[in-house]
Amino acid sequence: MPGAEGPAISVRDLTRRFGDLTAVDHVSFDTARGEIFALLGPNGAGKSTTIRMLCGLLRPTSGSARVAGVDVAAEPDEVKRRIGYMSQRFGLYGDLRVEENLELYAALYGLGRARYRERRDWAVSLTQLGDRLRSRVGELSGGYRQRLALACALLHEPEVVFLDEPTGGVDPVMRRAFFALIDDLAAGGTAVFLTTHFLDEAEYCHRVALVASGRLVAQGTPTSLKARLAGEVLLEVRSDRPGAALAVLSRLPALAEVTLFGAGVHARAAPGVGEAEVLGEVARALRAAGVPAAPPAAAAPTLEDVFLRLVREEGG
Amino acid sequence: MTPVPAAELAEARLAFGPVTALDGMSFAVRPGEMFGLVGPDGSGKTTAIRALLGLLPLQGGSARVLGREPAAADLRLEGAVGYLSQRFTLYGDLTAEENLEFFGEVHRVPDLASRRRRLLAFTRLDRFRRWRADRLSGGMQKKLALACTLVHTPRVLFLDEPTTGVDPVSRRELWGLLSELLLGGMSILLTTPYLDEAERCGRLALVRAGRTLACDTPAALRASRPVQLLEVVCAPVRRARDLLAASPRVEEVQTFGDRLHVLPRRQGDELADVLGALEGVAVSSVRATEPSLEDVFIWRTRSRAAGG
Repeated sequence: MPGAEGPAISVRDLTRRFGDLTAVDHVSFDTARGEIFALLGPNGAGKSTTIRMLCGLLRPTSGSARVAGVDVAAEPDEVKRRIGYMSQRFGLYGDLRVEENLELYAALYGLGRARYRERRDWAVSLTQLGDRLRSRVGELSGGYRQRLALACALLHEPEVVFLDEPTGGVDPVMRRAFFALIDDLAAGGTAVFLTTHFLDEAEYCHRVALVASGRLVAQGTPTSLKARLAGEVLLEVRSDRPGAALAVLSRLPALAEVTLFGAGVHARAAPGVGEAEVLGEVARALRAAGVPAAPPAAAAPTLEDVFLRLVREEGG
Repeated sequence: MTPVPAAELAEARLAFGPVTALDGMSFAVRPGEMFGLVGPDGSGKTTAIRALLGLLPLQGGSARVLGREPAAADLRLEGAVGYLSQRFTLYGDLTAEENLEFFGEVHRVPDLASRRRRLLAFTRLDRFRRWRADRLSGGMQKKLALACTLVHTPRVLFLDEPTTGVDPVSRRELWGLLSELLLGGMSILLTTPYLDEAERCGRLALVRAGRTLACDTPAALRASRPVQLLEVVCAPVRRARDLLAASPRVEEVQTFGDRLHVLPRRQGDELADVLGALEGVAVSSVRATEPSLEDVFIWRTRSRAAGG
């Protein structure tokens, strides 16, 4: 199999302009076989444009991308044969049965009868659709439709699977089950590339690239990205009077950012202010103002904190 | 005496033909709090808001806003309630300030010029007041839509997925604005599909299939299961997951990229010996971690399914 060695996806300075808008701006990254890689960013960050270029649907303006060893600009049709693609809208036929949808996709991929049966059995067992083969798709819940869309995208045994916003709005129970399934798929050596604007969803992935305004601002494992906030002290204060706590803490020079957060306040220490120092100052300020509050505690950063920090650095 | 809730659904029932949208949903928003209605698509969030606005009559149970039964033509409630729908439309060919003026006139706002100035300053849109709405960025449009929703100084604000698809920087700015409104005494009910974001609400209802799974503060919801969740960083992760899943002392294992979340079956069991004896696995760190609201949502769904 050509391209079985080397990265599953290799992107160098990939750029796409629409008129004077640069939708994707010199993006570079590699993903490995068996890896779940997420492109994380808000709407309009360039995620869909990137995925369309990687699938051979849109020509890059400049830069290069190889998917399963194939150059997407030189051989877009060969790329389409090597990949599976699951769109946000799933692309299923609602008035057909589950099995009929699978047959239709198998025909599109040109799978022979014997090969279809073998691949169908594999995909149906992976996605646990065995008890729904005769159901009409229109009558299925979102979670089943999502799994069927994945099964359809996997029928031709692609080396790389693209999932465009795969779980937007689905039930958390379904989402967790879906990622368990994706993990099994990756364990078999398939490379999984997904886009998401759910910051917590990226936690399920092996590596994450953060994109904003077409540019890649950071990449790494979720753990390593959070470690980039080392030296930044985040803290949390629980109080029955969060408004009063916010008013007091907003005036404290040791804090750079203070926001209401549930039944309390979240804050970020000013640069150069240490954890012990800021915790002490916060406790003293609240006590002096007579605001009842639990002792302040250091808080673990989320991917959102990382994202905000990196975007601030880019802009500042 | 308990204060009259700002908004309340009690055992609300509503079906559209064969589709049950609200199946006994109940929650109450206290005056001056930020309350989150949190659940996936199709869980009944938007229907709940529309019932509270009097736009959809309930088939069972009750809806109350500021103690009154909502009706679409109730002008007293209309003046007290602000509503930002998911598809709130600004007039793209009008400027930011013209949009505010339009919505102000619809609501017959007195002294509109000063109100408009204050809202533009509040949303940090003063510099963009002469920009056409369709030239503003997505985040700025959302802020302008919020300003239009606030033009008649409502006491209760309903926000239907105000942050969906908004970039993280604008999203955090939006939360800052909502915090300020809250400090001014406003009551806010918002819906969101983002479970991580729900942490920002004072209290919240987790909803699914038209029902309330749980309703409390984020901290209380997370504390509702008295078993300590462990975060284990190890390699190879898949091998560790399979071994742990087979252990009778482990209730559940979930893979998160380069680490596992492991839920022991018994309270107080730190699984130290189990984790130390995983064959062919290098464990680099183990620490106690708080369950996420997603964990809580899943546990509550399961215990309901099990008849708990």
